[in-house]
Amino acid sequence: MATDNQGPLWEVFVQKKSGQPFVHCGSLHAFDKEMALGNARDLYTRRGEGSALWVVPAAAIVASSPEDIGPFFEPANDKVYRHPTFYQIPEGIKYI
Amino acid sequence: MSNTPELEKKFDARLEQNDFIEPKDWMPENYRKHLIRQISQHAHSEIVGMLPEGNWITRAPSLRAKMVLLAKVQDEGGHGLYLYTAAETLGTSRDELLDALHTGKAKYSSIFNYPTLTWADIGAIGWLVDGAAIMNQVMLQRTSYGPYSRAMVRICKEESFHQRQGYEIMCRLSFGTAEQKEMAQDALNRWWFPTMMMFGPPDKDSPNSEQAIKWRIKRETNDELRQKFVDRTVEQAEYLGLTIPDKNLKWNEAKKGYDFTEPDWSEFYNVIKGNGPCNKERLDARNQAHKNGEWVRAAAAAYAKKKKEAVAA
Repeated sequence: MATDNQGPLWEVFVQKKSGQPFVHCGSLHAFDKEMALGNARDLYTRRGEGSALWVVPAAAIVASSPEDIGPFFEPANDKVYRHPTFYQIPEGIKYI
Repeated sequence: MSNTPELEKKFDARLEQNDFIEPKDWMPENYRKHLIRQISQHAHSEIVGMLPEGNWITRAPSLRAKMVLLAKVQDEGGHGLYLYTAAETLGTSRDELLDALHTGKAKYSSIFNYPTLTWADIGAIGWLVDGAAIMNQVMLQRTSYGPYSRAMVRICKEESFHQRQGYEIMCRLSFGTAEQKEMAQDALNRWWFPTMMMFGPPDKDSPNSEQAIKWRIKRETNDELRQKFVDRTVEQAEYLGLTIPDKNLKWNEAKKGYDFTEPDWSEFYNVIKGNGPCNKERLDARNQAHKNGEWVRAAAAAYAKKKKEAVAA
């Protein structure tokens, strides 16, 4: 069996319209960045799904680890004062 | 691992809450294995499914029909690729998966081992085969494995054109000349029971189903989906003035659904075993295509290597 003849894995992000965020839509194999971009266009934007594309080598992505979800995000949990609803504004005050 | 029972309990609790499982999350080894098998079979079916339809690209009756069929077959290739990458997130490689297909170790949907004899078959495939596939895939949009579910959402969006173009072909033929209508009826006669088999064996004989439902990989059973398919398709056949080739097909008011004849399950097992009309032809075509593409992969790899070296120098 021939191995590793598919090229490395790339993650694809599509921007639907100018001004909107780039959203992850899937992954693909390609040997270099030009090929990755071309494959991404053919695979993920056959029906006008995007106006811009990012392709990123999957190996370059650093991800939080699922086992640590609790402690990792915990520091934000007790800081309700970061939300606007924490503050009381007198009745009748506008534009705030 | 000493804490496996604890992890398994947590895993079950997440499924209970309809949580999606993501690639790096802990999962039972059998859940992983089941998914790799199911997703890769699904991917292989998309790729092998290009063959019976590809058979008609050069003989499509009009330029419009040819354009549409090309776009559809291209979609199927794309669907295969979404699914292969979804399977890869479970720790397998596309090379391994393709190798399993090419050596005959892995299965694909038995429906693609039937021949496409006339243009009406392209209509019947879009209408019935894609219709059945959509029914299965709509359910799989809610499957518990995140990457599989997301691939299904994309696929479902694209598949609806496939079914509609098939039904359009059936309309053209059914409302055409007597000869054309006969072609349409003949295609329905040949594709009806093989399509019914696509949902898999009856629940009582489906060993993997119960576990798949428990893991929320599947959300509806084979028999439930088959019933739904029949109930939705009867009216579409009536509109075309075609007869579903089942004398026992009858509305059952009590169950609010149709009674129907089960497909011949011995035929199903026989085709899966490799004895269908086109098993050998399909597998040979896949192997040949892979072999013919070898120089493209080698050239792309050599070019990428050369460029990398040029940057380093």
